[in-house]
Amino acid sequence: MNVSTLHRMLACLVFLLFLQPALAGEDAEFKSGVFDPPRMAPDFVLQGSHGAPVSMSQYRGKVVILEFGFTHCPGVCPVTLANLARVFEKLGPASAEVQVVFVTVDPDRDSLPRLKEFLSFFNPAFVGATGTAQQLEAVRQAYGVTATRAPSANKKLGYEVHHSSSIFLIDRAGKLRLQTPFGKPVDDIVHDLRLLLRP
Amino acid sequence: MAVGVALAAALIPVKFDSREEVFEIPNGTWARRMAGEKAEILPSEIHLALGVRNVLLLRNRDDVPQIFGPTLIMPGQSFRLPFDVASDYQFACTAHTSGQMTVVVHEAPTSPWPRLRWRAFKLWKSFSPR
Repeated sequence: MNVSTLHRMLACLVFLLFLQPALAGEDAEFKSGVFDPPRMAPDFVLQGSHGAPVSMSQYRGKVVILEFGFTHCPGVCPVTLANLARVFEKLGPASAEVQVVFVTVDPDRDSLPRLKEFLSFFNPAFVGATGTAQQLEAVRQAYGVTATRAPSANKKLGYEVHHSSSIFLIDRAGKLRLQTPFGKPVDDIVHDLRLLLRP
Repeated sequence: MAVGVALAAALIPVKFDSREEVFEIPNGTWARRMAGEKAEILPSEIHLALGVRNVLLLRNRDDVPQIFGPTLIMPGQSFRLPFDVASDYQFACTAHTSGQMTVVVHEAPTSPWPRLRWRAFKLWKSFSPR
């Protein structure tokens, strides 16, 4: 063994012992709620606002952000979607590896054209999904999401839907990894997505 | 004496073995509920503190999926939710009759007055029913 090989081996040893653990441990903890062990994200097939059926399994290889909401939502949904649009901006080119799927909790009012128009306001790449009331109820149950109609303070709206406000993050392998409560800062979501996007 | 205790409570750093506040659904909970027994596991209000106890850890040891706090947890699965900002967090929770659960995250008890307040609060909670 010559001297330069020995030097290279020593350099590798120093990296493995001291530098690599420091880099790996650098804020590698998720900011969102973490499921352990993760389960496969429940699959579904609904009608998509992009003109084709939408399912979870079709997005294997991408990270999926799954949100439940409705287009007449006066607060939570627009804020979440605006935050996700900002997340996409911050991710830059890596956002091509992320898909937002917005499942309506209000199928009576959220037609496919309305979903498309609403989501386009935030990011045209976001996909809306709807189906029959029974189909949507089954999807909500599978994810533990609640949605109940209540009279709206705004008479013009008639009613609103009180619903769970978390978003779900599904990894490239289709596993339900994280649940992010409403109000998490954009930078925290970006941080978690970057961890999920790591090869 | 009381002044000494208060001084100690204000000056001694708050430490825990873990940052996690753990709540667990024991095996058989669903069966007990089905039999009509009231099995409240999660309080409707949970208090955490930044830096020392800022992670909510929910575990389902039962053999059926459970809505536990803000999430659906499978049998044998846990859900670990960290908090980084002091605030009151409201979650929909079907396990409570109110339909809501609140997580109150306090400022980090790193200076005398927050330490004293945190310790007094924990003492008071330990004597009050859930």
